[in-house]
Amino acid sequence: MNNQYLDVFLEEAKEHIENLNRYLLELENNPTKEIVDEIFRSAHTLKGMSGTMGFTQLSELTHEMENLLQEIRNQKINVNEQIIDTLLNCVDILEELINDIEEQGQEQHRDISTVIQRLKGKNDVYLNKTKTTIENTKKHVFNFNEYEDRLIRKAIDQGLYIWKINVTLIDECLLKSARAFLVFKTLEAFGDIIKTEPSVQDIEDEKFENEFTLYLVTSKEKEYILRALSSVSELKTVDVMRIDQDSIEVQKANLEDDADSKDTAETTKPFLTTQKPSNGQKNLKKTTKTLRVDIERLDNLMNLVSELIIIKTRLEDIKDNNYQAQRETIEYLERITSSLHDAVMKARMVPIENVFNRFPRVVHDLSRELSKKINLVIEGAETELDRTVIDEIGDPLIHLIRNAADHGIEDPQERISKGKPEQGTINLKAYQDGNNVVIEVSDDGRGIDLSKVLKKAVNAGLVTEEQSKNLKDYEITSFLFKPGFSTAGKVTDISGRGVGLDVVKTKIESLGGSIEINFIKDKGTTFQIRLPLTLAIIQALMVLVGGEKYAIPLSSIKETVTVTRDQIKTVQKREVILLRGNVIPIARLNEVLDTHRQDQNTENLTLVIVKKGEKDVGLAVDDLIGQQEIVIKSLGSFLKDIKFIAGATILGNGEVALILDINKLI
Amino acid sequence: MADKIRQFVEFKIGQEEYGVDILQVKTIERMMPITRVPKAPKFVEGVINLRGEIVPVIDLRKRFDLPPAETTENTRIIIVSVDEITVGMIVDSATEVVQLAQEDIEPAPPITSSIDSDYLDGVGKLEGKLLILLNVAKLLKPQEIEELAQI
Repeated sequence: MNNQYLDVFLEEAKEHIENLNRYLLELENNPTKEIVDEIFRSAHTLKGMSGTMGFTQLSELTHEMENLLQEIRNQKINVNEQIIDTLLNCVDILEELINDIEEQGQEQHRDISTVIQRLKGKNDVYLNKTKTTIENTKKHVFNFNEYEDRLIRKAIDQGLYIWKINVTLIDECLLKSARAFLVFKTLEAFGDIIKTEPSVQDIEDEKFENEFTLYLVTSKEKEYILRALSSVSELKTVDVMRIDQDSIEVQKANLEDDADSKDTAETTKPFLTTQKPSNGQKNLKKTTKTLRVDIERLDNLMNLVSELIIIKTRLEDIKDNNYQAQRETIEYLERITSSLHDAVMKARMVPIENVFNRFPRVVHDLSRELSKKINLVIEGAETELDRTVIDEIGDPLIHLIRNAADHGIEDPQERISKGKPEQGTINLKAYQDGNNVVIEVSDDGRGIDLSKVLKKAVNAGLVTEEQSKNLKDYEITSFLFKPGFSTAGKVTDISGRGVGLDVVKTKIESLGGSIEINFIKDKGTTFQIRLPLTLAIIQALMVLVGGEKYAIPLSSIKETVTVTRDQIKTVQKREVILLRGNVIPIARLNEVLDTHRQDQNTENLTLVIVKKGEKDVGLAVDDLIGQQEIVIKSLGSFLKDIKFIAGATILGNGEVALILDINKLI
Repeated sequence: MADKIRQFVEFKIGQEEYGVDILQVKTIERMMPITRVPKAPKFVEGVINLRGEIVPVIDLRKRFDLPPAETTENTRIIIVSVDEITVGMIVDSATEVVQLAQEDIEPAPPITSSIDSDYLDGVGKLEGKLLILLNVAKLLKPQEIEELAQI
């Protein structure tokens, strides 16, 4: 496979997937011919691209989609919810296939037959008007790929049995994958597992409900298997079923709707059953990250570089003692470098649209799942952010949107009784504010019930009942960001497991940003995220500690103060100072960083007061050097585990100074 | 495969001669200012600015528990790169590039020298002298990284 084209293929394929998602959702609300045409075009292009690249499953599936879309286009079929759901399902599978290609460099075998049958089913139903339900045509096909089929046939030739074993775990089983592992281990003692549903990987990752199915080749009888499995606890039921040669249907390249098969077993798994790659070896080829850049921006960059060359020539020409000319040229140079810096930063900027585009689909699915009517309004999708931030911000945002849909927006009846429109609204807004980009996720739901939060916090031991009476609102909402905290009465699939907001907060802080909650009871909740425009360059305060230079990001500094020796008090063996009525603990950086001890006898102590989460800490340093714009460089993977060092920067004289990560420092 | 020739950068630590596969060597630098990294393992000298890139530097003497030596005119930092990890190694001197045929490389005997045979690729025979061939990948990981993680 030619990697050069692969990158382009992936980039474009993802765009088409996005388009498909977007237009399909639009189609639901507004079924016009133009939109169908758009969808058709994307599906068609995708089919052509995949065909050229040799991805047969992709092109097959898109081909079937195209057939259905063609019928819609010719108005032989009317669009309804079911059709859109089926098409969205197809898009999901396409996306998985594309992800496989990206991760492993080649198409992995996925079960596309079921969905193709549905596509064709839709087609037939609406064309012939003969069948009324498609869902009920449950055909039980044993889908084996050729490799597995060969194994099975060989086993049958050798007189071995093939058992289809359906295992259900008890509902309260905690370590599902561990139980599954025990089952595997037990069976593997006397046979070979040739296939599982879902895939082994998914089972290991606990991506299954309470049941899974496996196919075992062995010489042992059914009773033996049942006896062996009886030693594994927490199994609810074990069904063992024999498979003989006749009931095997090999999945052919071109799947026929009416594949000959016997109704022998119940296939419970839906569309996506990943099968192990038949060659067994995983080709973990990572494609490189690419970025599309507006050619204008590159031209601008090019111009600046050529100016740089001109300046270099000019500098060479300046006579030794012509200071005037030297100064002018250096000023000119300064201007160019800062424009160059801007231009490169701009080249790395991507509109946040790339992330936001995923959300209409998310909200659509959520509103189905929760049976709530939810409308998503997106504003400021053109706001630009650094590519690295864009890549990271998606998951936290999805989390907040889920939260809003699940916890924020009330059930339709409740909304009506409150005199609100039945349909809830989630507002997603991005805008630039100085050197920050602000992203707001707001809903018009019930807001936050402070008393409920407080009760939880007291129960969880985060605060005593005494203390809780004096807390301010923002102090109470800050509990929401504590690990393991959830106010949802019941745990749903969507949220409420309490592994949420703390992760969101950590992620955003690791991007150098911050998050805030605002709410009005029964009017709604707003999560406001502030992110720096770029991660690569920050303002920092340079300090001297034990003869070494360190950079402290300005974003975490509150102020600097000089205190005299007698202002330092000791509380519980820790040094503290009293600053405007607040007790602030002191950390001596030369001890934390094991530097050479400076003379302790100095009368004055220079403190940099930093924010560490909600608390303030005073860092004792030897001297302040000054504020400076620094470029953050990674320490590399060899030293990545050293905490409290966020990276390094190169100073004007070529020396390296380390950047302190205040959150992890103390 | 018998006649496969490999090239090694030869360097010295104390009296012993070592070799590292030339394919893993990016550049060889003179000694330069090193910024100490607090709480790093003790054999990590710190980081350097290698033409705009931050590169960690380890002291092979400390790595192998050899007595420290003065920095001299001949002290070099050999920048090696394995699996996307780039690291500089301080050595007493880097002498030359030598060629070894595969048959001249023997597996490391359990006790070759002062260093653990785990870190060795083998021993190269070269005109009467022996070259201790370092396995850089093993030298840098994974135990080292685990070690770092524990700090």
